[in-house]
Amino acid sequence: MKLLTANFLTCAVKGCKAAASSYPLHFKDAELELQEVDFQPEFIHNIIPRIDWEGLRVMANELGFPKIPDSKPEGDALNDEQTMRDLHRLLLETHVVEGRLCCGNCGHEYMIKEGIANFLLPSHLGKTKNSIVEIRVYADGFPL
Amino acid sequence: MASVTFVPSQEEEDAYEEENVHQVYQQIAHHFSSTRYKPWPIVKQFLTDLKPGSIGLDVGCGNGKNLSVNKDVFIVASDRSENLARIARSHQPHSTVVADILSLPHPDSSFDFAISIAVIHHLSTPERRVGAIREILRTLKPASDTVPGGKALIYVWALEQKDSRRGWDKGDQQDRMVPWVMKGTASAGSEPQVFHRYYHLYQASELEQDINDAGGYVLDSGYEKDNWWAIAVRSGPESS
Repeated sequence: MKLLTANFLTCAVKGCKAAASSYPLHFKDAELELQEVDFQPEFIHNIIPRIDWEGLRVMANELGFPKIPDSKPEGDALNDEQTMRDLHRLLLETHVVEGRLCCGNCGHEYMIKEGIANFLLPSHLGKTKNSIVEIRVYADGFPL
Repeated sequence: MASVTFVPSQEEEDAYEEENVHQVYQQIAHHFSSTRYKPWPIVKQFLTDLKPGSIGLDVGCGNGKNLSVNKDVFIVASDRSENLARIARSHQPHSTVVADILSLPHPDSSFDFAISIAVIHHLSTPERRVGAIREILRTLKPASDTVPGGKALIYVWALEQKDSRRGWDKGDQQDRMVPWVMKGTASAGSEPQVFHRYYHLYQASELEQDINDAGGYVLDSGYEKDNWWAIAVRSGPESS
């Protein structure tokens, strides 16, 4: 999972969405891998305005990366190739391949296996109230 | 035509979809993926028209066929099937996670767009289908005075498809088990395997109604090749 992806994830538990401590999620026992991708400065340039910078700083710090700038690059800084390359590496090329993502509010942990994070909840956490309804299901013949 | 009647309890709806939707997709993932390679025209248009740098979701991404359309936006795709999510993740620069449409792991009010193509018809009760749409709308940016809100494109299978090979039409049963046939390999001489997936077939204006019930506002809607589609935004404060 890319760090860019993690910037747009939070706890899947409904009640956690409103809690400030549910974002960002916290990596635990993260195994990192560098996966090279073509450098597209335009792409980085365009998505920077949409990054939650504080969330990214917290994650980068917890993963042990050198400190990233205090504030989001703006204006001329967006034309600086080294800054764009650094962010490309951090956001798109740095992958968490194994580990867990933990919610700071409810403590639930989501597993990351072979680069895919699994946000399915155990049934007691994901339940939504539904009335009992009757539906009829018809099995069709095989049309093929 | 065989019919089965059952009464799902609160707990059983999850289990029902687990058995009749999720487990089936896990098993047919590779065969399913090999038959799904071309984005539908309206989906392609919707994704192509997005502003570069837009951030969005593909909820129920399947094999990720819609992730190849636009590389200038960033999409966090998700699927309930881990096997499909693994197939979908090859599409750079996008990303894929495993998630349930009723409990999406995304913050509120954050995204410029979302697509959910041929997904909501797999939920087995009206409450769950409306709940799924509400969950997608929740993630979209609300409109403000200066910027338009995020848009969602939703596709569902239509009941009215009398010219398709299935031949269903208005007045037919809407809740069905639809077979997926995997032919056996000739060399092994094995029998075809048949899997059944649950579908709720949408009738005219039902998708728009579900979107309204979920707190959305339909900007545009229509019918394309056996499917109903709609583009929706969150309802503004004046209408909520």
